[in-house]
Amino acid sequence: MARSLLVALIGSALALPAGAQIKLTGAGATFPNIIYQDWVLTYNKQTRGVQLNYQSIGSGGGIRQFSENTVDFGGSDAPMNDSAIAAVGGNVLHLPTVLGGLAVIYNLRGVSVPMRFTPQIVADMFLGRLTTWNDPRIAAVNPNVQLPRSDILVVHRSDGSGTTYVFTDYLSKVSPEWQRRVGRGTSVNWPVGLGGRGNEGVAATVAQTPGAVGYVELGYAEANQLQHGQVQNRTGQFVTPSVESVTAAAAGAMAEMGPDTDFRVSITNPGGAGAYPIASFTWLLLRKQYADAAKAGALVSFVWWAVTEGQAVAPRLGYAPLPPALRPWIETRLKTITAGGRPVWPGPK
Amino acid sequence: MTIIAPNLGAAARGTAATRRMTRGANPADRAYQAVVTALALALPALLLALIVELTINAWPSIERFGWAFVFTATWDPVADVYGAGPLIFGTLASSVVALLLAVPMAFSVAIFLTEFAPRWLRRPLGFLVELLAAVPSVVYGLWGIFVLIPFLRTVVVPPLKAAFGWLPFFQGVFYGNSMLAGGIILAVMVVPYIAAVSREVLNAVPSSQREAALALGATRWEAVWMAVLPYGRAGLVGAVMLGLGRALGETMAVTMVIGNRHDISLSLLQPGYTMAAAIANEFSEATTSLYLSALFEVGLTLFVITVLVNAAARLLVWRTAPGRAVGTRAL
Repeated sequence: MARSLLVALIGSALALPAGAQIKLTGAGATFPNIIYQDWVLTYNKQTRGVQLNYQSIGSGGGIRQFSENTVDFGGSDAPMNDSAIAAVGGNVLHLPTVLGGLAVIYNLRGVSVPMRFTPQIVADMFLGRLTTWNDPRIAAVNPNVQLPRSDILVVHRSDGSGTTYVFTDYLSKVSPEWQRRVGRGTSVNWPVGLGGRGNEGVAATVAQTPGAVGYVELGYAEANQLQHGQVQNRTGQFVTPSVESVTAAAAGAMAEMGPDTDFRVSITNPGGAGAYPIASFTWLLLRKQYADAAKAGALVSFVWWAVTEGQAVAPRLGYAPLPPALRPWIETRLKTITAGGRPVWPGPK
Repeated sequence: MTIIAPNLGAAARGTAATRRMTRGANPADRAYQAVVTALALALPALLLALIVELTINAWPSIERFGWAFVFTATWDPVADVYGAGPLIFGTLASSVVALLLAVPMAFSVAIFLTEFAPRWLRRPLGFLVELLAAVPSVVYGLWGIFVLIPFLRTVVVPPLKAAFGWLPFFQGVFYGNSMLAGGIILAVMVVPYIAAVSREVLNAVPSSQREAALALGATRWEAVWMAVLPYGRAGLVGAVMLGLGRALGETMAVTMVIGNRHDISLSLLQPGYTMAAAIANEFSEATTSLYLSALFEVGLTLFVITVLVNAAARLLVWRTAPGRAVGTRAL
């Protein structure tokens, strides 16, 4: 985080031309931090008079700062709940920016093909109901794999995290027992397992412990070449997580959202062919009404740039781009933002 | 290396003579005195502000859960139910394990350095031990994950379980991240503190003590055991308490190896959790206000426990050292 802050600082220093400056400050989720810093750097360089700044302090902190009006926009991996929205008088819009997928990683020596997991297997492992790898239920969907007899050790995030929210949201959808006993949240009361701090903590513990299973952000799993499995989606396909299959998940979920969605939707376990089921949007939090028209206009222009041109860098940085079909919906929503009763953004040029 | 520890000695008692000298002094002196006094008072004020702030923020949780917060074990952010029992237990247990391992080691180092080591070795060796204190805790954590835990899993725990598996402390399947790993990491981290302070304490024991014991026919070991150590007892207790204080508050290295599980288990092979680790882990994503408040209450509890430990240390030092200056001076 220190490095990305430094990048942001240098970025804003480079982008300091003489003349009027609009300063826009945001804070929140750590998951999209890498791409947000990249966007901020690029946008500050190519747009005169606007100076953006994003601090990755965590989704909870982002929502708090946004609610207390200390930042112009927030970032969150988990949508604000109804009571949090009521607390800001409903003055918030959730805008999706990119997508992230989660990989189910494991440590099974001698297993070279990707393991296949059904939703029930994933849920039961994390509920502590499946305890050995050579369980007949795992063997049934992995007929070509010589499964070891080792115990299953569950590794989860110990720090509160949007990643955990997405994973537990998925489990809540596919397992009524999970929904009843554990539920969804940035931290939950895990039935079994060890906690690792951050993606790196989970990955290190899984890599060190034979028989371990855990979940990390897809980009992280790919960059570190961690063994990860295919997960069965709603149409019955076993899907490998990838930038494409995560974007496909959002496209599949769009059918259920409808164009007048408030975007506060979870897209885990979506329908649609080729959709990877454990994926999520990450959101920017904007206000419906701003006080300063110039500021609001600059901010909305940036967001529109990010969800269109900005998407090109996503795959390289380990994020899945939004499906292009989503753009008109976002455009409609951005046009409703006002300052002093007037719309601040006329639409794309 | 500087270890700042409470000074109970004569220095704190400003003598009547110095006071008389400063009273009627010139304006510059008086201004200086005022500034110094204000700065000195600022510290207790800061402490007080800290307590007040923690209590205010923790209040919703205190009101909601009462004493159950300290005595229950459910930590469920989804249902907004918080009980810090496992955190308190884990903090105390990991620190006790750490002290059990660290104290014999640190005392041995101190005794060796002051009594047995050849003169040319004392400085470099002492310096190396103190250097351990300068290693950032996250580095200890990494070492724990990549070196200590695999070592424990393959070399230490299997024979340990074979020999002592019947004891409640060594039950269950060992996965690596555990109370044992946390305790060992903490031990390594507090050894330099305890060793450095105890070395100073032992250095301060007058050589007449040793000479008297040796003259009475004691061996060198007997002289250390019967003359030097008892003389420095108060200071040694202080050294241990300093180590304990550090162990209680350590965060990063512990969270990386302890397993971070809200659970109370007597077995050292099972994962646990500590208060400091939980705050560091969960603070940034604490989404509901009660959750946040519960974390503040954990902070307040940690603060109270640390204060109690320090108070106990003071009592012990006073109790065991009536009128003896040597240990307390080194402290």
